[in-house]
Amino acid sequence: MTAETEKKGASRRAFLKGAVAAGGAVAGAGMARAAEPDPLITEVQEWASGLGEGVDATPYGMPIRFEDDVIRRNVEWLTADTISSINFTPIHALDGTITPQGCAFERHHSGAIELKKEDYRLMINGLVDKPMIFTYADLERFPRENHVYFCECAANTGMEWAGAQLNGAQFTHGMIHNMEYSGVSLRTLLTEAGMETTGDLSDKWVYVEGADASSNGRSIPMDKALDDVLVAFKANGEALRKEHGYPVRLVVPGWEGNMWVKWLRRIEVMDGPVESREETSKYTDTLADGTSRKWTWVMDAKSVVTSPSPQSPITHGAGPLVITGLAWSGHGKITRVDVSTDGGMNWQQARLATEGQNKALTRFYLEIDWDGSEMLLQSRAHDETGYVQPTKDALREVRGENSIYHNNCIQTWWVKENGEAENVEVS
Amino acid sequence: AADAKRLGLGREALPEEIAAWNVDVRPDGSGLPEGSGSVMDGEELFVDYCAVCHGDFAEGVDNWPKLAGGDGTLADRDPVKTVGSYWPYLSTVWDYVHRSMPFGGAQTLSADETYAIVAYILYSNYLVDEDFVLSKDNFLEVEMPNADGFIVDDRPETEYGRFSEEACMENCKDSVEITMHATVLDVTPDEGAEAEAGAAMEEANAD
Repeated sequence: MTAETEKKGASRRAFLKGAVAAGGAVAGAGMARAAEPDPLITEVQEWASGLGEGVDATPYGMPIRFEDDVIRRNVEWLTADTISSINFTPIHALDGTITPQGCAFERHHSGAIELKKEDYRLMINGLVDKPMIFTYADLERFPRENHVYFCECAANTGMEWAGAQLNGAQFTHGMIHNMEYSGVSLRTLLTEAGMETTGDLSDKWVYVEGADASSNGRSIPMDKALDDVLVAFKANGEALRKEHGYPVRLVVPGWEGNMWVKWLRRIEVMDGPVESREETSKYTDTLADGTSRKWTWVMDAKSVVTSPSPQSPITHGAGPLVITGLAWSGHGKITRVDVSTDGGMNWQQARLATEGQNKALTRFYLEIDWDGSEMLLQSRAHDETGYVQPTKDALREVRGENSIYHNNCIQTWWVKENGEAENVEVS
Repeated sequence: AADAKRLGLGREALPEEIAAWNVDVRPDGSGLPEGSGSVMDGEELFVDYCAVCHGDFAEGVDNWPKLAGGDGTLADRDPVKTVGSYWPYLSTVWDYVHRSMPFGGAQTLSADETYAIVAYILYSNYLVDEDFVLSKDNFLEVEMPNADGFIVDDRPETEYGRFSEEACMENCKDSVEITMHATVLDVTPDEGAEAEAGAAMEEANAD
């Protein structure tokens, strides 16, 4: 902060403190004493006397109505229509790491299709011993695996390349969800079709496509396909949601969400990439000199403070404050997250709620005693490869401003003295 | 992949089934069916099936994708990325149009119709003359202007070293200035962040 804003901040702080002392409304420090007994305690409330709903009222429940703002949101101007479009996970209001499926973001290219299990077919063809057709029932008979992974759209934070644009973590960082998947490894299915006659696997690819009109075909090198790619049919314990690929989707750990093909219908083993629309026109990253990177598959280490944030302001005044957020890396585990309250001048290590999980969201916390002065909040993720999340300027220095995808820059929230927060860029 | 044994699940795919679903076309032209189509036929088809979104000259309507134009703009502040200015392979145009267009009526174009529409898109990008006929045989003769415009992901060389240096923890810079505000642009949906934050603030202030 400059000396000028420092001074201004200081005088505002003094003003606020004076106001608090005069009004006596909020506890600045120490415990407040209630002036009068709280009727929510002294009077018998309806819920403590009458009856609640029976167990037959809600066979499958929705969140309580008071949480009706914790929903996916759409930004109309981003796309030409809502069919080939995106919406955003309300990460500003969530905690822990598992994303509730009902508010986990969607990205479709020709809408969320309805495909029932009985109509589902998966084809494996190309350079395999025997081209195969599997039904959904067949898939359930293969040995199963369970893993938690994040799915982050390649375009997450993409609107922020040229500056601070959307005001809220949901909009700047909400093209992401994190679920526990149950399914069959792609390796198992490829083995069933047989690759004895395929030849050298190191230069082979699989092409994967969905059953929807867009097809979303993508090429994946064979070493990834045989490593940790899953053909999943359950997420967070239950069937995939329609909008997330029911009944079967591909899970491609650590790699850009576009490759997580939904309504998966075909896997072709090939001796080269298809160079489909989704890996030429789209999901290629244009650099400042006009050339473009292709096959930028991995999502690099990234983090964001989810609260406080523009949609999650501080409403409790000065004193104890929980700063929390999410960190993740497509290269493996998060090992550390640093948090700055002064725009990156000084940093302290946050507390990871659990040890970093491989290619999955990790929750971090930093508990501070907020003195009510303005803050420039940032978080900085480190992953097990030693990679440290860069600033936006550092990224722009390499790439320019037009790469659209893969913006994993450090985010800044300007938290004002009144607790409001705003998406800003800082020097 | 020989490390696991087969379980004997599923069944062999029939040739007709593979033919129905395996329609991808690759940069070397493999996967292209027999057929051909002219710019003239393509123009008519384009007007009927495509122009409502993409414009009569493939220039795009409203926010719908522009398919033509933008040559030489890739290094500009606001690049215009079209089939002519950006796409590296003609195979992708054929494959994508045939499989996924028109939007809302995909997989309704015959092979000849697809050749014709692709020929018209090339013409709209000034890449062929108006009497051009595209076919399986001359497909690879068409030169795409940005064919050499792509490099394989080079982050391991250009970024991972520089972003793996030890992180500064204290006194990392002399001063910090806010250089940009999202609220200046004010493009966040009203029913979203601002309304919410606003409501929360009102509540807080009322306390």
